[in-house]
Amino acid sequence: MEISRRHFLAGTGAAGTGALFESLGLSLRPSVAFAETAQPRRGKITTTICPFCGVGCGQIVEVRDGRVANIEGDPDHPINEGSVCSKGAALYQVAQNERRLRKIRYRKPGAREWEALSWDRAIPMIVERVRKTRDATWVGQRDGLTLNHTTGIACLGGAALDTEECYLLAKAMRSLGVIWLEHQARI
Amino acid sequence: MTNHWIDMKNADVVMICGSNAVENHPIAARWVMKAKENGAVVLSCDPRYTRTTAFSDHYCKLRSGTDIAFVNGIINYTLQNDRIQHEYVRHYTNATFLLNPGYGFADGLFAGYDEATRSYEKSKWAYELDAQGVPKRDMTMQHPRCVLQVMKKFFARYDVDTVCNITGSPKDVYRKICDIYTSTWAPDRVGVWLYAMGTTQHSHGTQNIRSYAVLQLLLGNIGLAGGGVNAMRGESNVQGSTDMALLYHILPGYLAAPAAAMQNLSTYLEKVTPKSNDPLSANWWQNYPKYMTSLLKAWYGDHARKDNDFAYGYVPKATGNHSYMALVEAMHAGTIKGLFCFGMNPAVGGPNSSRAREAMGKLDWMVAIDLFETDSSVFWKRPGADPSTINTEVFLLPAAASMEKEGSVANSGRWCQWRYKAVEPAGDAKSDAWIVTQLVAGLKKAYSSGGAFPQPIQHLTWDYGQDTDAHGEPDIHRVAKEINGYFTQDREIDGKTWKAGDQAPGFALLQADGSTACGAWIYCGSYPGPNKTDNRLARREKSDPTKDPLGMHPNWSWCWPVNRRILYNRASVDAQGQPWDPKRAVVRWNADAKKWEGDVPDGPWPPGAKLPFIMRPEGVGCLFAAALADGPFPEHYEPVESPVRNAMSAVQYNPACKVWDLKSIGDSKEFPIVATTYRVCEHWQAGAMTRNMPWLVELVPDVFVELSPDLARRKGIRTGDWVRVRSKRGEMKARALVTNRFETLFVAGSLVDQIGIPWHWGFAGLATGDSANLLTANVGDPNTFIPEFKAFLCDVAKA
Repeated sequence: MEISRRHFLAGTGAAGTGALFESLGLSLRPSVAFAETAQPRRGKITTTICPFCGVGCGQIVEVRDGRVANIEGDPDHPINEGSVCSKGAALYQVAQNERRLRKIRYRKPGAREWEALSWDRAIPMIVERVRKTRDATWVGQRDGLTLNHTTGIACLGGAALDTEECYLLAKAMRSLGVIWLEHQARI
Repeated sequence: MTNHWIDMKNADVVMICGSNAVENHPIAARWVMKAKENGAVVLSCDPRYTRTTAFSDHYCKLRSGTDIAFVNGIINYTLQNDRIQHEYVRHYTNATFLLNPGYGFADGLFAGYDEATRSYEKSKWAYELDAQGVPKRDMTMQHPRCVLQVMKKFFARYDVDTVCNITGSPKDVYRKICDIYTSTWAPDRVGVWLYAMGTTQHSHGTQNIRSYAVLQLLLGNIGLAGGGVNAMRGESNVQGSTDMALLYHILPGYLAAPAAAMQNLSTYLEKVTPKSNDPLSANWWQNYPKYMTSLLKAWYGDHARKDNDFAYGYVPKATGNHSYMALVEAMHAGTIKGLFCFGMNPAVGGPNSSRAREAMGKLDWMVAIDLFETDSSVFWKRPGADPSTINTEVFLLPAAASMEKEGSVANSGRWCQWRYKAVEPAGDAKSDAWIVTQLVAGLKKAYSSGGAFPQPIQHLTWDYGQDTDAHGEPDIHRVAKEINGYFTQDREIDGKTWKAGDQAPGFALLQADGSTACGAWIYCGSYPGPNKTDNRLARREKSDPTKDPLGMHPNWSWCWPVNRRILYNRASVDAQGQPWDPKRAVVRWNADAKKWEGDVPDGPWPPGAKLPFIMRPEGVGCLFAAALADGPFPEHYEPVESPVRNAMSAVQYNPACKVWDLKSIGDSKEFPIVATTYRVCEHWQAGAMTRNMPWLVELVPDVFVELSPDLARRKGIRTGDWVRVRSKRGEMKARALVTNRFETLFVAGSLVDQIGIPWHWGFAGLATGDSANLLTANVGDPNTFIPEFKAFLCDVAKA
């Protein structure tokens, strides 16, 4: 969703109704005051939800020249009303960080270092290994029972993925016959 | 969570136990502060004086791992002082239900225990049924076998002296906590119970939460605004990833993963669909066949037909425990050959993590998908390892971050909120959706000409527009629409005709005959139309606070199920549908208009027509619950590693819990100190993200161990010293932080020391340090198999 700062305020009426919120103990004054005095934004604005804990705070991402220029709390979000914690305040450094992975890294068995690999090579290589392991460890039937699973492939993770991605992952892994399917919720 | 973050402001008493919310969910904790500003009393019960404690009105310390004794004592206080919400307990719980004469409890064991299998025959815990098969009830609650009388006897053992002798809590403070919290029994007072991993990560973690549920039901605090039992979840989408079933035991929407004995769809449905003969029970899970059939239709499309059991045979059948710790053991044993890690860091995050690191070296291949180089992805060059002897082939794929792709995340309060793509992913990074889609496309090609049981791959539906997108990216809106569900053929329901391809409006219309497909029934209604404007996850309309004083914001995002903001809300009203507390009405029956007002009620029936707890076959909340593996009531056992004997019975630790390797369990003579783990605000989980973010690393660079001045003096340790912490599993180095936040406790006639260690660190990244999980045990709760991270034995010495 691309919206301007003006649209943000118009959408909630927050600028005009701060007193109303305050009558219910929900002071919006700091965020409104900030919104009124902040520098006009030069970049494209989108909303996001913080990727750290399970509170689901709203944040605003400002993009200039195709790069994230700033990330800050969304004053219109009902849960955090513009506030963020130390991790949320540092989210910019997830977007802009020289330590982010930008290329595939590949390590041969026994190797001491990474080497480079392209997507065009990596995907077929992984597919080939999945197929080989799946076929070698496939249990169609055992003790007269149809099991249709592979004992040799495990899949971990997902709590940092989007819900739609988690759904795709569950759908794909189950259809491969994966029974070792686990993630952060267990531990 | 039964409730949601903003709702905390509506409480009269806020109990924070097993959580340090101010540290780990700081923005949510501001709603606790709003409650306090409104006059609420905030209680903090924790082994350590935390940032949360600093915000609270009263603090009661307890020994780590003794939560059940602590809460059972509050339950006993409630029963002894008749502080129960009588009408609620009588009509909305199973207090009135009669138990079979076969039920019993003696010396730490419930009836039906089998020592050889370390498990219970749960049929001993069944209700006594009448001729119609409906549980017998004594509405006077006087029958000696009714649940209320049975529980009075059971919980009477937890008097204040007994409890404090176990927990090490000061008796006067404990009595005050009991008195303040149980004051919420009054119909116009509400208490909220907040917890996190401090509660769950025990060998009796599920029963810890059961004790909260029992107490909240007795006090009439479930279903009400400002009440509930609320797990504060630690990852932005651990709710959504659980809803979508990235766990061995479930399929999306909390449907059971089929076990080997369930050979066809009918035996599966027979086994999993609960039955009730009580006409007052809605027994919502009776709709199980509709949800399972619709899931199979979503996955296998036209290949899921009535004459082939809707392709039920394509779904793998489980043959035992495939949970995380069992998985690591199978990896260590060489059974598992290949591992995917989607944004997870088991080299730091799992118990006894050196074993997980070793286990990865037994793999043929591993594919890690992440934002940064994680500890797990470089396990082969960890300190002390010789890469040339590790033959695991490793692929590390760069993933797109949250602001580099589009999709939704579900917060703790089940609010599913949409995120937008702000920028292209860094470098060659790709969304996880793209990566999974490419793998599926490759596998479909590879299995087009055969291979082991290729049909589930060949027939898997994957129609997300990826073939027409310039970059092969799946359209995430199409995925969201499949999760919501749609009609697969023209269908008339109650006089209305639905066309094939129409989005399903809600799960009440899902069908068991194959005419609907739905990826996760609990999300049905989230995307009820074809256009992006129909995406209810993206809604951003805040409520007018004069019209929504409880802060439910029904038009902000969407919340499962059916946008119901407070679960079990039929229990918030009396038999006439009027709220127990009119000032905090969640729902209310308008008798003139003959309709419910307020939140989306738990079912449309008028008040009194159905019992309120619609997901239970009994229709009521379970004070006595026959569903769990380790007993119908929570009973105190010591942690598997404990410095003292169990004062309640001869059974030392949970008789049903799972201990993977008895040899890895330490003895209190060698390891006399109780240790626990926790987090700091500046780092997140296993640290893969935050230990690579310079601003956060600057704030908290090093791993540290907190210990009391008393213990530090005896060990000759001062703040800033390097210390060595040892357990039976391993040892770690950390900086000492000597602090009054920990105190030596007086337990069972002797002194017990406790220490604590934040667990974020590992050997990779910008900030490195030893992982606290080098010390923790692979011991698990028998219901969830969550590890016992929060109470284990160790010793400390100056390094």
